[in-house]
Amino acid sequence: MSGAAAMRAVDTAPALLSVEGLSVAFDGEHGPVRVVDDVSFTVAPGETVAIVGESGSGKSVTSLSLMRLVDYAGGRIVGGRIRFKGRDGRERDLATPPAEALTDMRGNDIAMVFQEPMTSLNPVFTIGDQIAEAVMLHQGLDRKAARAEALRMLEKVRIPEPARLLDRHPHQLSGGMRQRVMIAMALSCKPSLLIADEPTTALDVTIQAQILRLIRLLQDEMGMGVIFITHDMGVVAEVADRVVVMWRGRKVEEGTVERIFQAPQHPYTKALLSAVPKLGALRGQDLPVRFPLLVVDEAKTEAAPPAPPPVQDTVRAADAPLLEVRDLTTRFDVRKGIFGSLKARVHAVEKVSFAVRPGETLALVGESGCGKSTTGRTIMGLQSATSGTIRFDGLDTATLDSNGQAKLKEKIQYIFQDPFASLNPRMTVGFSVAEPMLVHDYAPASRPGLSRRRAIEERVAELLTQVGLKPEHARRYPHEFSGGQRQRICIARAIACDPKLIIADEAVAALDVSIQAQIVNLLMELQARRGLSYLFISHDMAVVERVSHRVAVMYLGQIVELGPRRAVFENPQHPYTRRLMAAVPIADPSRRTRDLRLLTGEIPSPIRSIGDEPLVQPLVPVGDDHFVARHAVGGDF
Amino acid sequence: MLKYLVGRLAGILPVLLVISVFVFGFVHLLPGDPARLVAGTDATQQDVELVRQDLGLDQPLWVQYGRFLGNAVQGEFGRSMKSKRPVSQEIGERFLPTLYLTVVAMVWATLAGLLIGVASATKRGRWQDHVGMIVAVSGIAFPSFWLGLLMIDLFSVKLGWLPTSGYGTWQHYVMPSLTLGLGVAAVMARFTRSAFIEIAREDYVRTARAKGVPARLVVWKHTLRNALIPIITMVGLQFGFLLGGSIVVETVFSWPGLGRLLVDSVNYRDYTVIQAEILLFSLEFIIINLLVDVLYAFANPEIRYS
Repeated sequence: MSGAAAMRAVDTAPALLSVEGLSVAFDGEHGPVRVVDDVSFTVAPGETVAIVGESGSGKSVTSLSLMRLVDYAGGRIVGGRIRFKGRDGRERDLATPPAEALTDMRGNDIAMVFQEPMTSLNPVFTIGDQIAEAVMLHQGLDRKAARAEALRMLEKVRIPEPARLLDRHPHQLSGGMRQRVMIAMALSCKPSLLIADEPTTALDVTIQAQILRLIRLLQDEMGMGVIFITHDMGVVAEVADRVVVMWRGRKVEEGTVERIFQAPQHPYTKALLSAVPKLGALRGQDLPVRFPLLVVDEAKTEAAPPAPPPVQDTVRAADAPLLEVRDLTTRFDVRKGIFGSLKARVHAVEKVSFAVRPGETLALVGESGCGKSTTGRTIMGLQSATSGTIRFDGLDTATLDSNGQAKLKEKIQYIFQDPFASLNPRMTVGFSVAEPMLVHDYAPASRPGLSRRRAIEERVAELLTQVGLKPEHARRYPHEFSGGQRQRICIARAIACDPKLIIADEAVAALDVSIQAQIVNLLMELQARRGLSYLFISHDMAVVERVSHRVAVMYLGQIVELGPRRAVFENPQHPYTRRLMAAVPIADPSRRTRDLRLLTGEIPSPIRSIGDEPLVQPLVPVGDDHFVARHAVGGDF
Repeated sequence: MLKYLVGRLAGILPVLLVISVFVFGFVHLLPGDPARLVAGTDATQQDVELVRQDLGLDQPLWVQYGRFLGNAVQGEFGRSMKSKRPVSQEIGERFLPTLYLTVVAMVWATLAGLLIGVASATKRGRWQDHVGMIVAVSGIAFPSFWLGLLMIDLFSVKLGWLPTSGYGTWQHYVMPSLTLGLGVAAVMARFTRSAFIEIAREDYVRTARAKGVPARLVVWKHTLRNALIPIITMVGLQFGFLLGGSIVVETVFSWPGLGRLLVDSVNYRDYTVIQAEILLFSLEFIIINLLVDVLYAFANPEIRYS
């Protein structure tokens, strides 16, 4: 490794934390399993070190080990040292004393922020009490003084009206707000090291940008070292000074962020970087293109060279549109009280119109609560529309009889976000894939003289092969498969009845980047082979740029911009589209935003009181097939 | 909070009304002629008719129901057919012994169950856990009449420390409440343990540790406060069951409680007493449910605000 070249001033500074040969084991069925193996790195004061890796890489276990929280989760340190220099200048090895002996140091010298803001705060205590607790424990302040300190911290993390928040409970706050509270809590004792374990993964991109900037700003103010655990190379490029890449429990590479991105050495790092969707990667390209994937081959040290990715020229523009949605509106009533009187309405989807052509991928993008999933669910018939028409294959779906409805469900299939929850754990994979064919009485094309049962079995085997699995996998159960494999099974199930349209609702959002790229490529390959159309629902702009022919940006239930992918990405017209793109972290440290101005603002709520109808006007054409909303949506723009 | 309470209290009335209809109707659906029962098997047809008129059983049903409801509101349920004493008096003097015994048994059983459960959960998989759970399983499996008899044999007959039976002083409470509470303590221990283990896995418990909260507080503050929510439900259910009176314990220790009264009245088809008892048990469950919901709201802020 070119470690010497990567040396910088900050590296020569006395280390705040120095991890040497750390190994952590968990007890497995067949004896202890090492999940972290001989990992070493250092963090200097004021420095940000990112530890990157995918699920199972050991990055989270490493972070939990530093404060010995891993001891409470069933793991134990089986080797190595964790040398940490306290505020008094004394150095301590955190790996040796019993975990309980370190309570004075936890939250005081080292603090931690976790991935899930929704579950990381105790639901029964007020925000003020939860922040004050750490202050009282470590600084010996009384309750009143600790609350005053909590208020000061809430101001520091730029929470609007902090005094009112002190007596609130976590469930009254949005995810972004809760993560600010977590950060306030972590920083309340002015730690010299902050460990942030995927702190923005569960948040929307615009909120993520706010939190990343906030952490950087507070780091500058307080001069602390930061360890950033993440799987997101965009976030790494945005925040890190140095990067430690982990793979299967080991450190495979370490270097400055510029060096890692420009000249990765280890094949795994190269493969990981090749799989990262980069916003702007298809600049100047009209059609979507598959990921040029590198595959880490364990037998060889070098990654296999990528084949040139094919261009996705699948749209049959001359044909009539497959799906036409006109003025689709879906609202939910909010009822309260004993008599369930109507108090408000959720305007989930408001007069949305678009069409999907055969062989085309239309992406619906937006942040949580923008109505993109409700749109998909309404088209699928999982949710009834308040008004508007949905025409599929030339037929108005509202006029169909029950037979026609069933046929419709056969031709439109859905792939959900969570591959762990969307397969029945008690059914074999083969049964799950065959089920749509049984339900819809679908007769697969088969050789003459074959029983229906055999024909379906052969079809299942063929489908599993098509999605990159093996025919013998049909007899296994979902728990035997990884997340990526399960999503492949879900895809096999979705294409079983030869559908024309697949609604993929955040279908790759829960997957590791390398798996995500493979699944995106699989979807595109199936499109090329079978002429499928996709309604690709996603919050991830970079993935959307890869897969889609056209893009519709949703905000507060309305489409604010609709057009060809290239036009929307290279010439965004609506301010919300621009804001969304600006918030996406770019996986390129040389393009890092050095703008430290703080971003604020919440994602507005689509809940409106009765009679307060939102303003909806037709989109205005601004280019070839490119439309934008010129009216104020939600008053914001 | 006050609004919530008033709303909940108002919600009780229709429930009680429905129950009263059932209670009233059930007596009239039973086989056998209540007038004949009251008059006695030797009475002439004329005597039976007189009793019928006397009890108002010859009136139309809705008139009977109206009178029943009016009397019930005033706590008036007529006279017991067996003892001829007023039902309210009959039940009143049995209710308090049962209530006292139940409260004593619930208090010790809940505390003991909680302690054993928490100890087992925090020492999960170690010897403390195994011992705790063996005790709990035995507590569920051990027949209470057998335990009662063994205790009488040891503490009353052999050692002479405690009275064998009856009701009055605190010594009288020791053995019946231990016998009655054992099963509850065992169920509480198992339940607390599983609730605790589940909550100990939550992210916010990890957050508390990351803040440097000492282990003692992680358990008794951060975990327990959240585990209380399912535990309150369990305590409420158990309390309701015990308030019905325990036939076995009351028989073994000759405790003058509701359980034995219920058995006697059913045997004798003492329908006025049965009616009052059913109404009382329903009311008890409704009140306990209400208490549980109020405690919920205190334990869980999400319920408090919605």
